[in-house]
Amino acid sequence: MPNDPGELTLKQPTGCTEKTVTNETPSPPIAPSKRLNADLVFKAVTAAFAFSILLILALMTLEMVKESLPAIKAFGWKFAGSSDWDAVQGIFGALPYIWGSVVSSLLALALATPLSVGTALFVTEIAPKRFGGAVAALVELLAAIPSVIYGLWGILVMAPWLQQTVQPFLSDHLGFLPFFQGAPYGVSMLAAVFILMIMVVPIITSITKEVLLAVPQSQREAAIALGATRWEMIRMAVLPYGRSGILGAVILGLGRAIGETMAVTMVIGNTPQISLSLLSPAYTMPSVIANEFAETTSKLHASALMEIGLLLLVVTLVINVMARLLLWGMTRQAAGGAK
Amino acid sequence: MNIVTRRNLKNSIITISMVCATVAVLVPLGLIFFHIMKMGASSINLDFFIHIPKPTGETGGGMANGMVGSALLIALASTIGIPVGVFGALYLVEFGGSRISNTVRFAADVLSGVPSIITGMVAYTLLVVPMKGFSALAGAVALSLIMVPIVLRTTEEQLKMVPGSLREASLALGVPLWRTSLKVTLRSATKGVMTGILLAIARIAGETAPLLFTALGNQFWSKKLTEPIAAMPLQIFNFAIAPYEDWHKLAWAGALVLVTIMFGLSLTARYLGRSRQQS
Repeated sequence: MPNDPGELTLKQPTGCTEKTVTNETPSPPIAPSKRLNADLVFKAVTAAFAFSILLILALMTLEMVKESLPAIKAFGWKFAGSSDWDAVQGIFGALPYIWGSVVSSLLALALATPLSVGTALFVTEIAPKRFGGAVAALVELLAAIPSVIYGLWGILVMAPWLQQTVQPFLSDHLGFLPFFQGAPYGVSMLAAVFILMIMVVPIITSITKEVLLAVPQSQREAAIALGATRWEMIRMAVLPYGRSGILGAVILGLGRAIGETMAVTMVIGNTPQISLSLLSPAYTMPSVIANEFAETTSKLHASALMEIGLLLLVVTLVINVMARLLLWGMTRQAAGGAK
Repeated sequence: MNIVTRRNLKNSIITISMVCATVAVLVPLGLIFFHIMKMGASSINLDFFIHIPKPTGETGGGMANGMVGSALLIALASTIGIPVGVFGALYLVEFGGSRISNTVRFAADVLSGVPSIITGMVAYTLLVVPMKGFSALAGAVALSLIMVPIVLRTTEEQLKMVPGSLREASLALGVPLWRTSLKVTLRSATKGVMTGILLAIARIAGETAPLLFTALGNQFWSKKLTEPIAAMPLQIFNFAIAPYEDWHKLAWAGALVLVTIMFGLSLTARYLGRSRQQS
């Protein structure tokens, strides 16, 4: 190594710029005004690209609103409250889809949250560093699997298993409850809840892990110094500090669950009905778009699907803004920033 | 003494339940991997890579057109998405700090949380309807909408890590800002930027929902970008929900190939990210 290690970071830059300079020197010096222009152009070009994000978001919302206007005009508030969906007669009500989306996402989240937080705590607080890192990496691999593959696994492996084992068991032993009644179809609300749970766990876990890592070590040391057990340390020092961040992670998971399309479409059974039973098939907002949008029979049909899309967009926008604000607050706090 | 025992007991119980939670998270992961490996490996063969799907009732066939279609869609989406993301990030790094750049950052974060099926709907109204037909182009645009926020945010993070002294040295020597930005800042962050791009590609390679009503899928080879085009995720979806054993096999083989490609991309990205941190 020719360079002094301490100067490594300084040596490289000079080498780099020298090259640029030697390229520059033969050419006559450029007038300052021209130089300014080039930088202004650079600023304008990059700004155009950066602001295109805002444009995309605005355009998306506007376009969705425009396209769903016919349905909004035709049905008004009844759209969200009615459960009639008849493409032939031109009557559209989105209640079964809203119901399916809300129930499947909330239940999946209720199952996923304790698992995710538990895993994140295990990785950061209990496991040896190397082992914890390996577990975290494995869980993050889960997030990289495309949803259509979750769906494939769900429909060919999980649904038959549910149909033959889990659902008969549930209806035999808990059949007196309205939640576990009916014939075991396999493809059902329960299957959707399970697949969504598997899919949101990696997201919540990895964000919660980041949040927990941002908790200052001194907090933990203080609790341990007071004689707390590990759980008491976690409860007194770690969780309160990370509360808003963990909440942000959970809300982000909710956003993902509500918008998830392919895997749910493949396992939920796609039947527009409102049933208390988890064993019966259901339908969600993204699923009905996925199934019907390419084959709409009328303008009103397309518009009704657009309105469902708009609803989905607005809900996920609100959820994301909320989650980001919570997470930003958490990281700013951790960085020792102003507020 | 009693209270200490109780506290220790509680500690143990909760520790054990955390271990259980971790196991419960890892078991489905293991099962999914196991099935993809087992079913995929037993149904993959040479035909899979060189043939297009056979009509219903005939055995054999492959996903050659889907693989080529997916590659084409990714390439097209990248040519649109990468410049927007990278140049947008350069703006945030060079001229950032104002309120508007915070808004851009926030919008990118929010956009990356928008369900992918929505980007498909938008591409449908903006491209499919005016062009009067499903097309590869519309599919690529829908995918690029997913790509832009990912590339922008990861690139920004990487550009921020370039030491300020480097840029200052260049600027002090009289190199204009745009040149410094492109040749010094961007260049020294190349590895990191590549990481972000690879992750974005891995993400869109498996996207299905936005392609359902933009690229639509095609049983045969597509000849033009204005025609419907086959894509692997779409084929996996269609074959998985069909009632034929043969098509299920193709779907598993497709899943194995797709997962292998995505893990390859993720690992390469991880490797690049790590070697960058060390240098």
